[in-house]
Amino acid sequence: MSATPMHFVPSADFKARSRAALDDPKLRSSFRGAMDFLQNKRALQFPDGDELQALRDLGEAVRQHALAHLPALLEQLEAKLTEAGVQVHWAQTPDEANAIIAGIAERHGARSVIKGKSMASEEIALNHYLAERGIRSLESDMGEYIVQLAGEGPSHIVMPAIHKTRGDIAALFEQHIPDTPYTEDVDTLIQTGRRALRHAFVEADIGLSGVNFAAADTGTLWLVENEGNGRLSTTVPPVHIAIMGIEKVVASLDHIVPLATLLTRSATGQAITTYFNLITGPRRAGELDGPREMHVVLLDNGRTQAYADAQLRATLQCIRCGACMNHCPVYTRIGGHAYGTTYPGPIGKIISPHLLGLDATADLPTASSLCGACGEVCPVRIPIPQLLIRLRTEANRNPDEAVQHPLRGQGARYSRGEQLIWRFWRGAFAHPRLYRLFRWAATRLRAFTPSRQMGWTDHREPLRPAARSLADLLRERGQPE
Amino acid sequence: MNADDARTRILERLRAAAPDAANAADGHAAAPTLSRRIDAHFDVRRAMHAPADAATLTDAMQVNLQAAHAEVWRTDEAGWPALLAGRLAADGVRRLLFDSQGPEGAALSRALPSTVEAVAYQRPIEDWKRELFDTIDAGFTVARSGIAGTGTLVLVPDARTPRTVSLVPPLHVALVYADTLHADLHAAMRAERWQDGMPTNLVLVSGPSKTSDIQQTLAYGAHGPRRLWVLIVERAGKAPSAAVSGAVSSALSAAVSATPSSAVPGAVPAQGESA
Repeated sequence: MSATPMHFVPSADFKARSRAALDDPKLRSSFRGAMDFLQNKRALQFPDGDELQALRDLGEAVRQHALAHLPALLEQLEAKLTEAGVQVHWAQTPDEANAIIAGIAERHGARSVIKGKSMASEEIALNHYLAERGIRSLESDMGEYIVQLAGEGPSHIVMPAIHKTRGDIAALFEQHIPDTPYTEDVDTLIQTGRRALRHAFVEADIGLSGVNFAAADTGTLWLVENEGNGRLSTTVPPVHIAIMGIEKVVASLDHIVPLATLLTRSATGQAITTYFNLITGPRRAGELDGPREMHVVLLDNGRTQAYADAQLRATLQCIRCGACMNHCPVYTRIGGHAYGTTYPGPIGKIISPHLLGLDATADLPTASSLCGACGEVCPVRIPIPQLLIRLRTEANRNPDEAVQHPLRGQGARYSRGEQLIWRFWRGAFAHPRLYRLFRWAATRLRAFTPSRQMGWTDHREPLRPAARSLADLLRERGQPE
Repeated sequence: MNADDARTRILERLRAAAPDAANAADGHAAAPTLSRRIDAHFDVRRAMHAPADAATLTDAMQVNLQAAHAEVWRTDEAGWPALLAGRLAADGVRRLLFDSQGPEGAALSRALPSTVEAVAYQRPIEDWKRELFDTIDAGFTVARSGIAGTGTLVLVPDARTPRTVSLVPPLHVALVYADTLHADLHAAMRAERWQDGMPTNLVLVSGPSKTSDIQQTLAYGAHGPRRLWVLIVERAGKAPSAAVSGAVSSALSAAVSATPSSAVPGAVPAQGESA
């Protein structure tokens, strides 16, 4: 029922999946249409360029401030949450996080979990883990519910079922939900989903959610949504578990104001979403609803690796709006599943290496034309293109080279042959005599250039040196080298 | 696995990486400076646009709520109970969940026709979950305040009006006093001093539940209320709290002036289909 865990992704698969995606006209038109729609909606929300830039400055400042003080803020958040009656857990790895959540479920004898949208829970493949232990975990966000029915994972971090057409969804509902005739009417489909999930909220033993922002000064979790499933998941079941990456905390509740408006306008082009749900602890004495017990799981999963490096730390500024993927020429063409990682698109390319290791993700940082669109739309000014270049460098670094902050999987793309070629190149360019000899040989022996040149000639004409070098041509015009 | 180990190791790794700022004894001394910068940004934005009088804020609140598919009535203290009672009856609402002890609830109780049963939230949710989900047609809440710039209700559920009143029934009816409107979220948070103490739950509601998860097509009533009715109630002799704190954005002012004036005291129904 749930997506298979995607912790080890051979790099070769990315290329194969990209090729398959490029050859799928339905998928390409789904993504093209959706991305145009989201790009336009975002643009309409930022009519004033000065305001946008001023807000991005604020967003970046808030996130950088939070990261600069991260350990202290996490301790403060923990203290505030504990004071409010929340149980706080720390997890270094997906396994630790899953074990904590399963442990809570087992203590309560829970059979079913209803989930609000949470990318952190996708990251740890929680549904799969719970299913193996006989606990049913049901996605309640409409998009997540759809991809769960299809046995897939989300293809976009904000709009999980963006790759599906209404026809796909009509067929899924007809097949999986009893007494549901095939219809492509979206209102009817949504009401079918509502009906199918309504009693799941009533019956669930545990509600699980993600967290968009956490304020250390008040111990408040700030959840952003449109559907109301997040509110139901965090209010109706007797136990609420929230899972969040350790980077989600900010110093102060008012620091969230610029982030929240940047998030909704960048993500879905909304001035505000239907619900901002601010939770500060479980049900108190005298209150009649809300969870009786509340847990927060603070997840590392590679974030401390990104944090260790002053440049890569900017990765953790992300507020998960998805604007970078909406504007990415690569994502727009291959869609989210081709990446094979929880987070696709530009943000996925810079965060997945920390979650999964560069060895499992070495092809991702190279899947970019470095056009810069992602960095330009990022509401918190993450320099994504620069980080992509940095990760390429790390992937090509000698695995044995000692560096201050080694990345997991360093040197995954390191090739002795390539290093040799570069060494020869460096030598030739540093010694004029050698360079001239090389030039003479290359122009005279051009007929011997191979017509098949590894990957290059798959889609392009073979590279062939010119018959005469630039230096020769210049000399002819009387312009010495 | 030792649970304390994970905590210790994560914090150690973070501290090792950010030796200066992260280990400073004052924790995050720069936070107030950053807060002042945020204040300045939003204050300047508000000041750049037309000053907000009560009518402008109320207009903006109405326009933005309608744009989000809410139905809005502008009315006064004397008129709203009968107006709402009539609408509920016409809509076929049979069971209305609300706190009849509060001043608004008491007024509504008196106005309700016999066809609409007043249901009070008296038991913990566990004791009547199914009944709550399956038999309640509508929930009525009184908002603490409103945010005109985004058409947002600020709800603070409590023991008499718990969280699920505005969430589970398919129709949510909210009353907001025109004199409680703020220009934007920043102004609301500051004026109401949220950081001095948060309730267990504070919810900002900007329209009925919705989704565009199926091919970017907007549909209402995903999981929360399918419909949202809002009564904006003018109180005699009360100035809006937000008039001093600034204006709404020019985009909103433009939106307001483009719609026919409906700022007439008393019941002026306006169907929310402008989105």
